[in-house]
Amino acid sequence: MTSKLVGIPAAPGLAKGLASKWDPQGPEIPRFQPGDLEIEKDRLAKARRTAAVQLHVLAEGVASRTAEGEAALFEAQAMFLDDPALLARAEAAIAKGQNAEWAWHEASEFFAGQLAGLPDKTLSARSVDVRDMSRRVIRVLMGEESPYLIDTPSIIIARDLAPSETAGFDASRVIAICTAEGGPTSHTAILARGLGIPAVVGLGDAILEIEAETLLLVDGANGEVILDPDAGAGEAFDSRMSLERLQRSQQVAAAGQPALTKDGHRIEVVANVGNAEDAHAAVSSGAEGIGLLRTEFLYLQREEPPTEDDQYEAYQTIFEIMDRRPVVIRTMDIGCDKALPYLDLGKEENPFLGWRAIRISLSRPDLFQPQLRAILRAAPGHDIRIMFPMIATLEEIRAAKAAVMEAREALGREGQPVAAHLQLGMMVEIPSAALMADRFAREVDFFSIGTNDLTQYALAAERTNKRVAHLNDAIHPAVLRLIRDVISAAHAAGRWVGVCGELGGDADAVPLLLGLGVDELSVAPPMIPQVKAIIRTWSFADAAKLAAQALDQDTASAVRGLVRDGKGRK
Amino acid sequence: MKQIDVRITNDVGLHARPAGEFVKQSARFKSDIRIRNATRPTTGWADAKSILSVLALGVERGHTIDIMADGPDEEEALQALQNLIESNFVGTD
Repeated sequence: MTSKLVGIPAAPGLAKGLASKWDPQGPEIPRFQPGDLEIEKDRLAKARRTAAVQLHVLAEGVASRTAEGEAALFEAQAMFLDDPALLARAEAAIAKGQNAEWAWHEASEFFAGQLAGLPDKTLSARSVDVRDMSRRVIRVLMGEESPYLIDTPSIIIARDLAPSETAGFDASRVIAICTAEGGPTSHTAILARGLGIPAVVGLGDAILEIEAETLLLVDGANGEVILDPDAGAGEAFDSRMSLERLQRSQQVAAAGQPALTKDGHRIEVVANVGNAEDAHAAVSSGAEGIGLLRTEFLYLQREEPPTEDDQYEAYQTIFEIMDRRPVVIRTMDIGCDKALPYLDLGKEENPFLGWRAIRISLSRPDLFQPQLRAILRAAPGHDIRIMFPMIATLEEIRAAKAAVMEAREALGREGQPVAAHLQLGMMVEIPSAALMADRFAREVDFFSIGTNDLTQYALAAERTNKRVAHLNDAIHPAVLRLIRDVISAAHAAGRWVGVCGELGGDADAVPLLLGLGVDELSVAPPMIPQVKAIIRTWSFADAAKLAAQALDQDTASAVRGLVRDGKGRK
Repeated sequence: MKQIDVRITNDVGLHARPAGEFVKQSARFKSDIRIRNATRPTTGWADAKSILSVLALGVERGHTIDIMADGPDEEEALQALQNLIESNFVGTD
């Protein structure tokens, strides 16, 4: 029977396909009474050997591609696989009459559970690696190859997707994502937009109750999922999909051209990038540069901080892909919601209000200087701009600028070539920075508004807390007013302003940001053709009128309603 | 049977890499070697040759551990493990 679920739009696009329940645990683990216990012991021994070879190959493959930190992950899993106490426990279970799969699962869970219960975050995070290792062995036992068993392109149904679960995601086989939890800035939403896959989040438990292989129609832009459509609904959807495909191909064809409004106002459309692969995607989707290069990938999942040379090489690779296009690189933005073994982040009641990002960098020159030196060394020959995250006070931006000066002078003394002039800018994501934008404009060359955090701080709604997800809509008039103030302060001082939060890729928000006078929009690479296409359908004068009306609305939903009516009016 | 108390002074406690070194070193000896987190004694004694058991002790920086060895090379084993910890897990390979 046809029914419809409505959730939160997370990534635009239409998709039609069969539901596949995403279960990071993998398939159900078989449990049976084996006839011959010796055979089970043998099966386990063989599967462990195969898994060891797989881990070795993975470690080598990763080591040759990326930072060695990730290789260490697979090496750690190989050690777990080899653990004598784990093996003894599994063999004891077999001796009691269990089959190999179940025995291994139970033995691994025993240790994973112990680790998960530890107060130290770095240690408790190891339980994920134990479970990954365990699943690998069980898959070998079951004769399965693919980590997540998506064999035909399907629509993934999950409670929520965590970064550790999507590391092995085969994007070519996922045509849409529907989750019960999560908000517009959850990992699932950001991942889906990055991959260009339609997604609806926050659908509630109802989505988990559907049968696997149910036919679904997913409308990512409107946050709607239709279950078991009748023939009429299916055909109507098909024609919308072919229209969308046609539009998309036209948008992609025009993506290499600049984004000009009907009255000739230009907005730079650039990409949010987290690694070299994203940078390639950015160039091929028509990005005019990088508006946000996240450097966190260098810091995560490793035992020691990245060296200056590690960073230099990684930055140089990305800068070379971008050639002469402008690149805004953001210094490390990490807090105690991430576990870094080499950085004693401790435990905090409110990690988003705590010791993170520039606050760490300024108090740890041993981390900050190598990063700044690596950027300055890799910059010559490219258009590189450095941006500091989480700036709340003028003292911080002055200290950050002084740190750049220090790095530059030290490199000069060592005779290293350094770029002559670099633009220095800051994220505006803390209300204090937005309110003091006129003062900050005297200190920096540009602002980039991080709407995800700005919304979280302005509305006091934690991004990762699903119970307050409904408050976390960056299109709220309060956030738009802050953006307006930042832009007018910046323009009065002759500075440019970008937006690098998820709002920049929100189709409803694009005309508003345009109308508010944003100079640059930075979005996930797959969104670039669409964002450029939306800009081209507006005149700057009309967008400015719409933005003025939006600032005068009472609620976020009233703003969305206004924009959608405005679309009809054109 | 011999037992020693050692304070973990390295920067991160018995996390992945140091714990791995500790387990590798333990595995070189014939003796049965056990380790306990004396700061959090409820975790009990663990097999020092099992990485998962050692990690599960949750040894953090500043914690004290007890190590016990029983077997033909118990004295050498304890000496080697003490050296490893006191050197902050450097230069073991």
